[in-house]
Amino acid sequence: MDLSLFVWRQQAPDVQGEMVAYSAKGISEDMSFLEMLDVVNEGLISNGEVPIAFDHDCREGICGTCSQVINGVPHGPMERTTVCQLHMRNFKDGDTIFIEPLRAKAFPILKDLIVDRGALDRIIQEGGYISVHTGGVPDANSVLISRKDAETAMDASECIGCGACVAACPNGSAMLFTASKVSHLAALPQGKIEADQRVRSMTNAMKKEQFGNCSNHYECNAVCPKGVKISFIAKLNREFIKSMISGDSSD
Amino acid sequence: MINGKCPPGPLEEKWEKHKDGLMLVNPANKRRYRIIVVGAGLAGASAASTLGELGYNVEAFCFQDSPRRGHSIAAQGGINAAKNYPNDGDSIFRLFYDTIKGGDFRSREANVYRLASISNNIIDQCVAQGVPFARDYAGYLDNRSFGGAQVSRTFYARGQTGQQLLIGAYSALSRQIKSGTVRFFPRTEMLDLVVVDGSAKGIIYRDLVSGKIASRAADAVCLCTGGYANVYFLSTNAMGSNVTAAFRAYKRGALFANPCYTQIHPTCVPVTGDHQSKLTLMSESLRNDGRVWVPVVKGDERLPRDISEDERDYFLERRYPGFGNLTPRDIASRAAKDACDKGYGVGPGGRGVFLDFAEAIGRLGEAEVRRRYGNLFDMYQKITGEDAYERPMRIYPAPHYTMGGLWVDYNLESNIKGLFVLGEANFSDHGANRLGASALMQGLADGYFIIPYTIADHLARIKPGVVSTDHEAFVGSVKETNERVEKLLSINGKRSVTDYHRDLGAIMWDLVGMERSEDGLNEAIKKIRALRNEFWDNVKITGEPDELNQELEKAGRVADFLEFGELMALDALERKESCGGHFRSEYQTVDGEALRDDSNYAHVSAWEYKGTDKRPFLHSEPLEFENVDLVMRSYK
Repeated sequence: MDLSLFVWRQQAPDVQGEMVAYSAKGISEDMSFLEMLDVVNEGLISNGEVPIAFDHDCREGICGTCSQVINGVPHGPMERTTVCQLHMRNFKDGDTIFIEPLRAKAFPILKDLIVDRGALDRIIQEGGYISVHTGGVPDANSVLISRKDAETAMDASECIGCGACVAACPNGSAMLFTASKVSHLAALPQGKIEADQRVRSMTNAMKKEQFGNCSNHYECNAVCPKGVKISFIAKLNREFIKSMISGDSSD
Repeated sequence: MINGKCPPGPLEEKWEKHKDGLMLVNPANKRRYRIIVVGAGLAGASAASTLGELGYNVEAFCFQDSPRRGHSIAAQGGINAAKNYPNDGDSIFRLFYDTIKGGDFRSREANVYRLASISNNIIDQCVAQGVPFARDYAGYLDNRSFGGAQVSRTFYARGQTGQQLLIGAYSALSRQIKSGTVRFFPRTEMLDLVVVDGSAKGIIYRDLVSGKIASRAADAVCLCTGGYANVYFLSTNAMGSNVTAAFRAYKRGALFANPCYTQIHPTCVPVTGDHQSKLTLMSESLRNDGRVWVPVVKGDERLPRDISEDERDYFLERRYPGFGNLTPRDIASRAAKDACDKGYGVGPGGRGVFLDFAEAIGRLGEAEVRRRYGNLFDMYQKITGEDAYERPMRIYPAPHYTMGGLWVDYNLESNIKGLFVLGEANFSDHGANRLGASALMQGLADGYFIIPYTIADHLARIKPGVVSTDHEAFVGSVKETNERVEKLLSINGKRSVTDYHRDLGAIMWDLVGMERSEDGLNEAIKKIRALRNEFWDNVKITGEPDELNQELEKAGRVADFLEFGELMALDALERKESCGGHFRSEYQTVDGEALRDDSNYAHVSAWEYKGTDKRPFLHSEPLEFENVDLVMRSYK
């Protein structure tokens, strides 16, 4: 199939970018979306042009590196599918496709489709862990965890940190991302001990990093390639309120 | 003669006694020592966080944009441990024995026993960190079986075990970054190792955003930079996975051990065309419930459901009744290739075999199969457009893991003092073939529980901060690295980096892949040299050195693969036996199994760099077996 592409090109963070038209010819339906871009890039290189820069690594939908907005939707048209797992059989010959970076105040563009998502790491650094040192821990079966709680923790922990939720949100909120980590750890007995402090400091970090508040549009859940549930945001809010009532709020 | 420095004494006491003899660094002195950790997969993240917790001054680097993305994240099936929770006869000795046998008796007894004995601590640690392993209805941890074992000892988190373990290690690392013990440098790539008077003293790296070549000095360097399966171009590795850091260390004098030991994984989604950029693994855990078969009649193009039971050859069950579909990877891969080579393959080009779940769905119900493997079935559907609940998957072997790596002694220290190598990047624990669910175990064992002890023994013997980046070794190396970048960009030829990588991959797959021969290996060496020469004359890289330039990144990695591929072929040529993943067509039994030569090849081959286009020098470390008999591996 042959496609018309419009791709965001931006040479560096402080340079004005623009949408540039390209054509992708002879694309097979078995290709992934990124393999289609590989073909376009090989053509650019052979013409002596600079290829389109885009983030990608595992190409099997788990590392969370790939991050593109396709026709206005982070990760494109298929539900629960990262860009790298999106295959060209979902497009038609003659389609026009618009490709942009994840856009959010907290994600500055580095080049073309590549953004800096370091703000998400900094949220995790503010408490997205259980404060345990290596060694000196009890036997793994000494603390029993109900299957239900383990499954809830796993549901929340499926987040791959891609940032699509932020780009989809009209407010550029990182609530779903933060909620997934807070909910993962709050579901487990090992994580409950620090739950109050964790939710407060991670929420503060979100604000500090210039993410907006939840806009209740649920766009985050709609684009999440792992289907992280919106109910975790409600859980985040409950944990936050609980921490204000019962916790030590001195910090 | 190189010495692995395995401690003497009974197997089960070696590590405990060895630890007691290692020197310690006083708590107040630890912060004065700087340790560089390169790579942020399981080995790197666990090492950096644990060393940070101990109070060392850690600087950690990775080429990804975040330390949560190393390719350990893609490990699906699970992690082994000898907990014996199912009461099915497991023990540390059995895990040790299965692992050393699985590796076809080409690894050190002492290392493998230590790995097995640490395995239980890893599970405890991960549960304490909040890793949501699968549990039964009473709240206890669940286990499943994996290839090469007759017990259920694999702990798992759906089909995303690697992801969950890495997020655990990343969480611990994030805590140390916050506390200031670890300084993290994302989007950086190590391009050289700095060695001063025989000791590793720092690294040269490229800031992948600004393009600037910079350096950091340290008192020890830990390479946790993964494996080199991308030498085959198509592999299950991430696109960025590369040999560069390890190969640069090799060029600075570190020995490279057993480079020909590569693992071809049996259950991957088959190739669809020339556009293919990578291959996707379907977890080995699928072989618990999936049955592998091909039609009895060559070129049978009927739908699989129209082929009756007596028209199917369940070739693994037939050839290896003892282990059936759960034979080790090297054996399952070769059997699949054998079936396809003989014309029984299915799908495009006959390069595939069926992995069928119909029996499991009948026995367990679709809901249970979905619970166990749902994400893998979803992934399969996205790639192929086929529903594996309705029709069998098609699978074919693909390069996956590399058992070879930088040579290390029992302390995980290379022959260069102060250079430690962890995880897949080292050669130590898997011999000639790695069993499923053992890579996660090894990466975390090295990072959480071995390096914290052994690195202290190195640091306690040296003064901290003696060498700075003003040293001529740093200045010289920065200059050389800049010159190499300029050289790559100046060639301005006709063919792209990916073109060369694809060509190299074809040579490696055909001639240094699942089956190797003397003639083929000699031909490979000739072809790789010619391709390398052409690359340095005719590669075309656009863009500038001082900007984010992904083609330039790729070019540096492919340039190293073009040298490294030759070393693999040379090692395969020198090892005149078949063992594990290294199968030489000249050395096989009458029924086509690998034929080892224990009297001549029960050793580690460790190569010393002598200059580009010069033959490297082969060192050999004998492997001594005091606790196991070297038997012919049988899974029948």
